[in-house]
Amino acid sequence: MAETKVSAAEREPEAQSASPEGQGKRSLLRSLGDRMRSAEIDYRLAGMLLALAIIWIVFHIITPGHTFLTPRNIWNLSVQTAVVAIMATGMVLVIVTRNIDLSVGAVMAAVGMAMAIVQHDWLPKWIGFDHPLTWVIAIAVGLVLGAAIGAFQGTIIAYVGVPSFIVTLGGFLVWRGVAWWMASGQTIAPMDTLFRNLGGGSTGTVGGTWSWILAIAACVGIVLLQFTKRRQRRRYGFRQRPMWAELTIAVIACGAVLLLVGFLNRYYLPPALATQTGHEGENISLGLAYPVLIAIGVGIVMTFIATRRRFGRSVYAIGGNPEAAELAGIKTRRTIVKTFTLMGLLVGLAAAVQIARLNAAVSSLGTGMELNVIAAAVIGGTSFAGGVGTIVGALLGALIMQSLVSGMVLMGIEAPLQDIVVGIVLVLAVTLDTIVRRRAAK
Amino acid sequence: MKRRLLAVLALSVLLLAACSSDDNGGGGTTAATGGASGGGNLTVGVSWNNFNEERWAKFDEPAIQDALQTCGAKYISTDAGSSAEQQLTDVENLISQGANAIIILAQDGEAILPAVQSALDQGIPVVAYDRLIENPDSLYVTFDNVEIGRLQAEAIQAQVPKGNYVFIKGNSTDANADFLRSGQEEVLKDAIASGDIKNVGESYTDNWDPAIAQTNMEQFLTDNNNNVDAVLAENDGMAGGVVAALEAQGLAGSVAVSGQDGDVAGLNRVALGTQTVDVYKDARELGKAAGESACSLAQGTALQDVPNTEPFDSPGGNSMTSIFLTPQAITQDNLNIPLDAGWISQADLCQGVDPGSVAACG
Repeated sequence: MAETKVSAAEREPEAQSASPEGQGKRSLLRSLGDRMRSAEIDYRLAGMLLALAIIWIVFHIITPGHTFLTPRNIWNLSVQTAVVAIMATGMVLVIVTRNIDLSVGAVMAAVGMAMAIVQHDWLPKWIGFDHPLTWVIAIAVGLVLGAAIGAFQGTIIAYVGVPSFIVTLGGFLVWRGVAWWMASGQTIAPMDTLFRNLGGGSTGTVGGTWSWILAIAACVGIVLLQFTKRRQRRRYGFRQRPMWAELTIAVIACGAVLLLVGFLNRYYLPPALATQTGHEGENISLGLAYPVLIAIGVGIVMTFIATRRRFGRSVYAIGGNPEAAELAGIKTRRTIVKTFTLMGLLVGLAAAVQIARLNAAVSSLGTGMELNVIAAAVIGGTSFAGGVGTIVGALLGALIMQSLVSGMVLMGIEAPLQDIVVGIVLVLAVTLDTIVRRRAAK
Repeated sequence: MKRRLLAVLALSVLLLAACSSDDNGGGGTTAATGGASGGGNLTVGVSWNNFNEERWAKFDEPAIQDALQTCGAKYISTDAGSSAEQQLTDVENLISQGANAIIILAQDGEAILPAVQSALDQGIPVVAYDRLIENPDSLYVTFDNVEIGRLQAEAIQAQVPKGNYVFIKGNSTDANADFLRSGQEEVLKDAIASGDIKNVGESYTDNWDPAIAQTNMEQFLTDNNNNVDAVLAENDGMAGGVVAALEAQGLAGSVAVSGQDGDVAGLNRVALGTQTVDVYKDARELGKAAGESACSLAQGTALQDVPNTEPFDSPGGNSMTSIFLTPQAITQDNLNIPLDAGWISQADLCQGVDPGSVAACG
């Protein structure tokens, strides 16, 4: 998490913060701004966290039963966000290269249907029902198919030169049709028992103890990252972030992680299930759900790929200026194929989570999902002009959108009005971002 | 330029070849004789909007063919492949092939109007099959959506006469979602007024998407701290999402859930006890009714004199003549109905059901 803050700040020219402007009269606001700048805090990330906090608090106050900021609702929210979040991380890279993928919802349906057929119709014939390997094979099939579809579309885009909008618009129609055709429109249910754990639910969680262990590991990770960062900067003679800033960030980040996990751990096994499993009256923490851990894991890996690997840097270089990237010796075409392959792989993973959660595959799976995924990436600060966008931002974007929808359902607001609100928020977020960026450029 | 033209030509030839081989397989465009043994030389034409959907070939077409055979009419058909424009041409073709009556499964109830008018002008009666065509001189044959809503509510109310109800409705832009809801309201309004039944959550579901239904259900459960006794889900897909949300709270089976369509997964849930009722529409009944009425119309029967018709005021303000078929509510007690009708296999119906717990599963 911490590394993206830094990398985003690194891109901003050093001169900006060092310029001797406004020496004389400094307002309180300005000095706060300077502080933030010297601490290298990403204003966009901070703004999104602030927006999220406001949304959560406002919903908690206005929902009739004050149910929003309860461990149960936040736990629900985390699981409900996971599917879009997983795909949004891939969409960031696609959009950063100035492309778009409109087919993710349809590919999700096709791949989800394939995984369902494999575990429901094919595998039982060979290895029997509920075999311990069923879920592994089903996921492998999904990931390979997703990646293959992504690679196929990416190749047409990169090597034939058909615009990604057209290719994936075609894919949007084709893969939805394929999903229907695979089962003649029938619903495939139920899923394998172990496979279902991928979707969360009461058995698909790591439990309270492991959640604490993971939270502490995350804390250690944050501090270690800051430490290595400082050492690296010293080695190359870069300006260091002030010590007070390092400490504040460490305390806040660690505190937030521990607080959140502690809060989520107060969501217990539902009473009806506790009775059924012979734990009547006990408070058993469910802990973090698998889909949430998958989404966080994907976020970390994708951030690493985007900021620390040659592939990731190529993606941003292409997005910034395709011609310059080509001239600089970056294999732009291959990189774009890789981006779409990665997107497809993530769609496969998201499809697994979705059908596991629903305990069924339907040919309408993920209808309209492409727009949610794109919106999450864009709310998270990814620019259609290319070259700009962070993985953390997309994850937060997905969380903000799902928070709005979940909160409005709690308030009893009907679907059409929900769409209106989400639409307005989308445009508003990008408008604000554009204004702030234009000011910063001046 | 030339090369591109060639490529396009080659592609379209390929596509055409693929289409025609598909049609042979499905028997879509080829005219099949329905056994013109009986009196008269009547021909009934059917214009399918898209024969690729499984149900038309499997259930509707054979039922129509059987009905036509019984009255001695010949069956001819066309497939518009989901194109409203193509369907206009298709209807013209059926007329020129000598159809005495035409059954239309409309791709677009508005776009088809000129063709319908032209058929009627030539004295050829038109049956609007399953989907409304806004022409007062056509016969509208369909299942009664308001009745489906009533059946869902009746079955749920019988099991849960008092308690907290959640309403999971379909797509907000689909008139059927509101028809269903109005049927439910008719049944429940007294109990709601008296306070026996409390509406604790109601929402439309974009695209009838089961995943959205699941999310909405999770929120309603959270909002009511699990104090939900019954859920009126408008179709089986969404009922699946609702049951998944209930399962996560250990409530599946103890909360009454409705559905519609007779999906394999839905009927299986009824057998398992996680869904209370599934309203099932036998497509063959629909095909039979359409075939029979097309026959009698072709023989010159006036629209109002066709058996089982009733007047119907359409949303477009036309006073239509319609045949409304009664759907069938399926609960654990009469699971043998779809089973005996060959709608579902016993293996599919009874997957995961404990032996001896449900009569239909043995």
